[in-house]
Amino acid sequence: MRNKILWRLVSFAMAAGFVMLWQMIANLRLVSPVFLPGPDRAWASLVRGFSTGDLSEKLNGTLWHMALGWFLASLAGIIFGALIGSSKAMRSYLAPTLEFLRPLPVSAIIPVAIALFGLTQGMALFVIAFGAIWPTLLATVHGFAAVEPRLYEVARALHMSRLAVIFKIALPSASPDILSGMRLSLTVALILSVVCEMLAGLDGLGHWVLLSARAFRSADLFAGVILLGVIGYVTALMMEAVERRLLVWRLRGH
Amino acid sequence: MTSDRLKGFVVPVLVLLALEAGARITHMKSDSLAAPSEIVMAFGEAVADGSLLQATRDTLVSAFAGLAIGGLIGLLLGIALGMIPVLDRMMEVTVEAIRPIPSVALLPIALIAMGFGYRMEIVIVAFACVWPLLIFTRAAVAGIEPRLIEVAQALRLSTDARVTKIVIPAALPRIFIAFRLAAGVALIVAVTVEITINPLGLGAAIMTAQQALRPDLMLAYLVWIGIVGFVLNAALVFAQQRLFGRAAMVEEAR
Repeated sequence: MRNKILWRLVSFAMAAGFVMLWQMIANLRLVSPVFLPGPDRAWASLVRGFSTGDLSEKLNGTLWHMALGWFLASLAGIIFGALIGSSKAMRSYLAPTLEFLRPLPVSAIIPVAIALFGLTQGMALFVIAFGAIWPTLLATVHGFAAVEPRLYEVARALHMSRLAVIFKIALPSASPDILSGMRLSLTVALILSVVCEMLAGLDGLGHWVLLSARAFRSADLFAGVILLGVIGYVTALMMEAVERRLLVWRLRGH
Repeated sequence: MTSDRLKGFVVPVLVLLALEAGARITHMKSDSLAAPSEIVMAFGEAVADGSLLQATRDTLVSAFAGLAIGGLIGLLLGIALGMIPVLDRMMEVTVEAIRPIPSVALLPIALIAMGFGYRMEIVIVAFACVWPLLIFTRAAVAGIEPRLIEVAQALRLSTDARVTKIVIPAALPRIFIAFRLAAGVALIVAVTVEITINPLGLGAAIMTAQQALRPDLMLAYLVWIGIVGFVLNAALVFAQQRLFGRAAMVEEAR
């Protein structure tokens, strides 16, 4: 245990070393400061952005887009996934179509969404939800299809209704798949939020970094990119914690 | 099996027929939707004047160049971190800090540093492709049967020979899975970059079609992007099965 903490410290020291290297490169102007601000300037821009509230507003915008889109996608993904996954007939009719759509680069739907909804918040939400639904949907279908058949036999013997079967047997049994699908969806939601903000000029970090780049304010640009990295990191961490919390029963064994 | 195959086509065919009938009956004139027959016509047109092939080539060149560069970097880092646990522990925080940055967040940085064109797109694709290879290769190399390493030591193999004769062959099935995932990521990121900002390839073509109020051409490109993604994925799955057979399947199920 102490060893682990020690290694963690060494690892942090290493990362700090890289930041210092970055600072040195910036100080020596090996790369033009127009493209590469030092960590000091990026940090100053972060602090300034939060003290004036500019950056926190953009951060809220991105988090809002991402969370709402992801929530809609997860909800729809689980509902449709449960419907498709729990019926063999639905699976054989729909699974090939889903498999065809799975490798589609979802951002290709953006022009269609723009044509339908214009450059609006609604467009962004549609794109984020549409893009983020696939991992959850496919994982849910898979999870429902992989439920131990004997559990269904038990359900039939107990005369459970279809809803009861879904909520008491299939959903818990599929939950590890569903949660890992939702984790992938979260990453997709963040990426698509950034892209939509850039394209539609919506309030958010995507728009902020693009504007900063166009104005050659590299410190603000790096501050935005760092924040986006933090969002990615923190949300993944939260999802992992939720997964561990909800799936505790799996480790205990049956 | 054949009847299941047929069932897979029922839904898409019905949807297409319904769309066609709907468009004919209502004499639809829309900026965002088009009848399937019009989409096919627009597709033929784009093939005939060569714009579709040109755009496909541009996208694939960027995607594969980025995949090659990023994949190689990820592979080398993965082997190094997998073989030298000390290095792995030292780099942990650095890797964890950089990985969650969404690839599109780098778009503005690449834009001001390199301007529009192939280079910026390739850099962003490469960044996105590093991670699947790094993570999978690291895990695969670290998980190699220890006795194989002992044999290598007993035979006094040099580090080069150890990597090329023991480590890479043993880890190859999982490395190939990572490569397959990275290829999908490469296409997605390339199209996303093109749609967002880069005037190049399929993503730019579909955006242009939308802005020119040509829903038929836009949807033709959407379908084509879907086909490209599907074919790429199917080809890689096929190659994986041919090359590694059950070994790869078992690894994936883990």
